[in-house]
Amino acid sequence: MAIDRSEPNPKPQKLRWGELDEEDGEDLDFLLPPKQVTGPDENGIKKVIEYKFNEDGHKVKITTTTRVRKLAKARLSKRALERRNWPKFGDAVQEDVGSRLTMVSTEEIVLERPRAPGSKPEESKVAGDGLAPNPGAVLMVCRTCGKKGDHWTSRCPYKDLAQPTETFIDKPTPSETAAGSSGAAKGTSTYVPPSMRAGAERTTGSDMRRRNEENSVRVTNLSEDTREPDLLELFRPFGPVSRVYVAIDQKTGMSRGFGFVNFVNKEEAERAINKLNGYGYDNLILRVEWATPRTN
Amino acid sequence: MRPILMKGHERPLTFLKYNREGDLLFSCAKDHNPTVWFADNGERLGTYRGHNGAVWCCDVSRDSTRLITGSADQTVKLWNVQNGAQLFTFSFDSPARSVDFSVGDRLAVITTDPFMELSSSIHLKSIARDPSQQIGESLLVLKGPQGRINRAVWGPLNSTIISAGEDAVIRVWDSETGKLLRESDKETGHKTTVTSLAKSADGSHFLTGSLDKSAKLWDIRTLTLIKTYVTERPVNAVAMSPILDHVVLGGGQDASAVTTTDRRAGKFEAKFFEKILQQEIGGVKGHFGPINALAFNPDGKSFASGGEDGYVRLHHFDPDYFNIKI
Repeated sequence: MAIDRSEPNPKPQKLRWGELDEEDGEDLDFLLPPKQVTGPDENGIKKVIEYKFNEDGHKVKITTTTRVRKLAKARLSKRALERRNWPKFGDAVQEDVGSRLTMVSTEEIVLERPRAPGSKPEESKVAGDGLAPNPGAVLMVCRTCGKKGDHWTSRCPYKDLAQPTETFIDKPTPSETAAGSSGAAKGTSTYVPPSMRAGAERTTGSDMRRRNEENSVRVTNLSEDTREPDLLELFRPFGPVSRVYVAIDQKTGMSRGFGFVNFVNKEEAERAINKLNGYGYDNLILRVEWATPRTN
Repeated sequence: MRPILMKGHERPLTFLKYNREGDLLFSCAKDHNPTVWFADNGERLGTYRGHNGAVWCCDVSRDSTRLITGSADQTVKLWNVQNGAQLFTFSFDSPARSVDFSVGDRLAVITTDPFMELSSSIHLKSIARDPSQQIGESLLVLKGPQGRINRAVWGPLNSTIISAGEDAVIRVWDSETGKLLRESDKETGHKTTVTSLAKSADGSHFLTGSLDKSAKLWDIRTLTLIKTYVTERPVNAVAMSPILDHVVLGGGQDASAVTTTDRRAGKFEAKFFEKILQQEIGGVKGHFGPINALAFNPDGKSFASGGEDGYVRLHHFDPDYFNIKI
């Protein structure tokens, strides 16, 4: 047996397995498990697991996690590589290293998607989370007290308020008919969509951007100082809104109490109607419905 | 993405061109020196000194050894790309507006502006392999229409020349006889000046941009109108992606946007459209002035835009650009 055990220090030496006893399999603590490398996965994470003996002679496992990232590689052809080494000429000859001719922009520029056809999913998510107490919770609106997120109408602790809401509904009706007659049928009074303008090309089929007159929602019983941004903020959580309009009395500058919101998607308009009808907003109970007779 | 800003020109940009392999970017501007940059990091390689007027257009040969530039000083010059040496000068009687090498780089089509009594014309020149053997005479001169010709390019297999200009009509000429073969339809065509023209990577169709705030896609052989893209701004430059079905339009002054404030100063954007659906995909903002030149790298992974502000902005696309779905 050639293993030298005379050393008091248990630190193992380079042992040759051929010189081992037949009692192999027992005393192999001095051998370390092999190094494991989990190659770069789809996120570029590479794990290397090594086993070592530290100063105390204990076996330690060292896990190294690295992220392997490929920078944009310009795969240049042979000629292109030659061109890379060309000397500078013309005005570039006097260039020193500090010349600021070429700079990387400090701003991050993105390909901004247009607003109406595609919604920005991050934006709507954030707004939606802001309103709902926890993600996934349904927006609970109680019609009696108008408190949202707390209880449904049937469970309203202020049930005796049921009477006043009905009288409220009577009042908007005369103003609503006025609104219905003054506004254009589709909820857009002076704006003429490009598809109906002179010299417009008719697109076949329902073009998402142009046909959202069907997804128009009428909101009545708005408070005096309600404006377009308020409506947008209120309806935005339900989905992308292509247009908001609040009828303003030119003389007084105050809202005439009604407005229209055009959604891009019909389903979202429907959800908005279901949720916000009866919603208390700025001391008044809103009335939210389809702008045209129920488009189904 | 983080665009790379290159401020090598003091005057507005007029044209941008990538070489065939996509590692060099040539920029022409109203200052008299066309410049060449490395297309990966925007580092300047050199400038071509010699012109005395605004350089309107340029083209580079397929092997990236020859550069041809057309300038308002009534000359078109041939340059050695590598060291900036002038190889030959073609002289004209009026400013040269557009230049284009043929397939094979043996011929070049040059257009000149109307000047005094002279009308605009299209010249065909032969380009010799050896610059010392270069002759200045034109092989063919076509008398152009009324108004300036803003762009003239070679058709498939060099058999035709496509020209477009201020009279909004796109014309197809036979390159051997000089006969006018086709004209674009007046009703469906552009309504006012065509500012720019870009061929597709395979040369089967081309895109024209016009001051009538639209760009149109045409078949190159039959000159039928295929698609129209509408924007709110007059279009000064157009480009087509070689790998995806995207077209980019770069435009001019939007009067209504002048007074609106934006947190970021550069409001002028290059608008991306889906080529087949004609729908806007989005815009890349950043220029401080109208965009006058656009070019896509032949590998389709980056593009460059040049503006009235004298900046060239080189954009390398983020990976999610290639996954855009309408």
